Amino acid sequence: MLRIILGAIGAAFCGVLLIAFGTGAYNHLTEPAAATVEQEFHLQPKALHLASDGPFGKFDRRQLQRGFQVYKEVCSACHSLRLVAFRDLQALGYTEAEIKAIADQWAIQQPAIDPETGEATTRKSISSDHFPLPFPNEVAARAANNNALPPDQSLMTKTHHGGAAYVYSILTGYQDQPPELLKKFPDAKTGSGLHYNPYFANLNLAMAPPLNDGQVTYTDGTASTVDQMAQDVSAFLVWTAEPKLENRHSAGIATVAFLIVFSVLTFLSYRNIWAGKPH
Amino acid sequence: MSFPWAKQYAPTNPVMKWVDDRLPLPRLVYNAVGAGYPVPRNLNYFWNFGVLAGVALTIQIVTGIVLAMHYAANAGVAFDSVEHIMRDVNSGWLLRYAHANGASFFFIVVYIHIFRGLYFGSYKAPREMVWLLGLVIFLLMMATAFMGYVLPWGQMSFWGAQVITGLFSAIPLVGETIHTWLLGGFAPDNAALNRFFSLHYLLPFVIAGVIVLHIWALHIPGSSNPTGVEVKDEQDTVPFHPYYTAKDGFGVAIFMTLFAIMLFFAPNALGHPDNYIPANPLSTPAHIVPEWYFWPFYAILRAFTVDFILPAKLWGVLAMFAAILLLFFLPWIDKSPVRSATYRPLYKKFFWVLVIDVLILGYCGGAPAEEPFVMLSQIASIYYFAHFLIVLPFVASIERTLPLPASITEAVLAKHGTTVSDADGTAAAAPAE
Repeated sequence: MLRIILGAIGAAFCGVLLIAFGTGAYNHLTEPAAATVEQEFHLQPKALHLASDGPFGKFDRRQLQRGFQVYKEVCSACHSLRLVAFRDLQALGYTEAEIKAIADQWAIQQPAIDPETGEATTRKSISSDHFPLPFPNEVAARAANNNALPPDQSLMTKTHHGGAAYVYSILTGYQDQPPELLKKFPDAKTGSGLHYNPYFANLNLAMAPPLNDGQVTYTDGTASTVDQMAQDVSAFLVWTAEPKLENRHSAGIATVAFLIVFSVLTFLSYRNIWAGKPH
Repeated sequence: MSFPWAKQYAPTNPVMKWVDDRLPLPRLVYNAVGAGYPVPRNLNYFWNFGVLAGVALTIQIVTGIVLAMHYAANAGVAFDSVEHIMRDVNSGWLLRYAHANGASFFFIVVYIHIFRGLYFGSYKAPREMVWLLGLVIFLLMMATAFMGYVLPWGQMSFWGAQVITGLFSAIPLVGETIHTWLLGGFAPDNAALNRFFSLHYLLPFVIAGVIVLHIWALHIPGSSNPTGVEVKDEQDTVPFHPYYTAKDGFGVAIFMTLFAIMLFFAPNALGHPDNYIPANPLSTPAHIVPEWYFWPFYAILRAFTVDFILPAKLWGVLAMFAAILLLFFLPWIDKSPVRSATYRPLYKKFFWVLVIDVLILGYCGGAPAEEPFVMLSQIASIYYFAHFLIVLPFVASIERTLPLPASITEAVLAKHGTTVSDADGTAAAAPAE
């Protein structure tokens, strides 16, 4: 009896699924979904190789410093880095004095309270502060950016499939809309205030191409091409998103090496204990 | 209960004897996971996964308790408190990645454990209660994992909570009320986050309690084994300790190695990138997907796309819950007297079809809700229900099973090319030394 009831329930589910499948298949065959412009023209991130890749990866500190320079001189005008503190820059090889100077000279100040009057004011950053926000709030950020909100950069390389390669592809991916796109999708013309970029999910990005050749002057003499700056800032954003990456890799190597030896020992003791006992 | 030849606890250490006379806890441990528990000698590596699940739960509880010391369950600061753990807490990144990947490994282990039970018929009499309690653990795990995923309060946390609690609103008449009651509001917010944290902390200890019952129920008939033939005499068994503590030790070492590789070198591979974006009720992610271990059930939920008598959403919700609840009836659906698929040629074929079917469901559940994935998940869902509710009773009645070995020992010795007459079980290899 139980099996008959359960069989009937199963048959009911199967029947409804069959109807759903039939309806779906019929719709799919009679009116196949038209390809969207995103499906045809969106590109996967370009390949990007960084020193931090792979299980033995370590940060290239000179590259991180160059990337930080790009962030400071270009990105920070609009993009916040709210989860990172100035003191964290020690990991990039800056000395305490240098960090103090970087914080002190940062273009945007920290919101503060006037100790005399209690009114809102600003003060210079100190090493223990997080990077100040370029806009006091979302409304101000949108008002200054054609109603687009520049996302925080702290975790940027973890918020997209492709990570650093995604950031690098966006920064170097700006181009004119291909003529065949407009021929096939006349309605998909990039709107005013937007910029065509096939690496962006919906192909049109509010951010104007931020980098131009020679935009920053690297202190280490590296030529600041767009490609170089994009690589450097992508590497920097790997660090901001995963500052403990090197600890993780070195701890991982030690742990896995230990566990492999441990596995061999446990296997041998298993064989030893079971010796002469067919199983 | 135990086998009459089980060793009795006889402490030689006077302290242990003193304790055992007053509180027989050492005796309990000895009889549960020590030399006092006779276990079939022929268990293969799939029998490691129960212990591995226990290890995984322990990792979750230990890392979770420390994480809770640094985490703040408040919608305003939850996301930042998790990043604080990642950046500023000593080894916080290790704790959090261990906890997040530990959940995935817990499910990997438990899924293999469940499929082991399906293949070897471990759910059959007299072990029905073991199976039922195992399913209760599985349900509790799913609830715990779901609520844990909400805690970082990222985009997938928020929208996952929105979608899953929204399922209750499909219930006719009272659905909306239940939905609001569960969340403590009309949408996930601080009230929901707080209660999820509270329950996420509570449920693992409930799981630990049900595990005690699961093992208790297991120890009444004793462990099953790959032949499905019950233990007949002493030479069929070995004491749990040292034989299976050693074998499980090796299994744990391999488990820890794989876990460490994932945790240290690909800690975000099983997560969703959107969860590193703070929760934003005004911005819906392009594809809302739960964690990978829910994908097969999520595919069943989304396979119902047509309003037929009932709304499609209600069909989906009913089917998703039915997909799990039907497993509670399995011991009474599959009436074949033979347990192990080794001796059930027809069942074995359907078993592997089910494995592939669940993998397809999992793949479709993680894919966007568009063709061909929807049609594929509909076919796969049909097989899922048909397998358990229609095929299994049918297979049980028509199948010609293979002859079973007379005993576990006979099966073992046959495997090694000897017979019972020329090798006497435990003493078998001793003269060869």
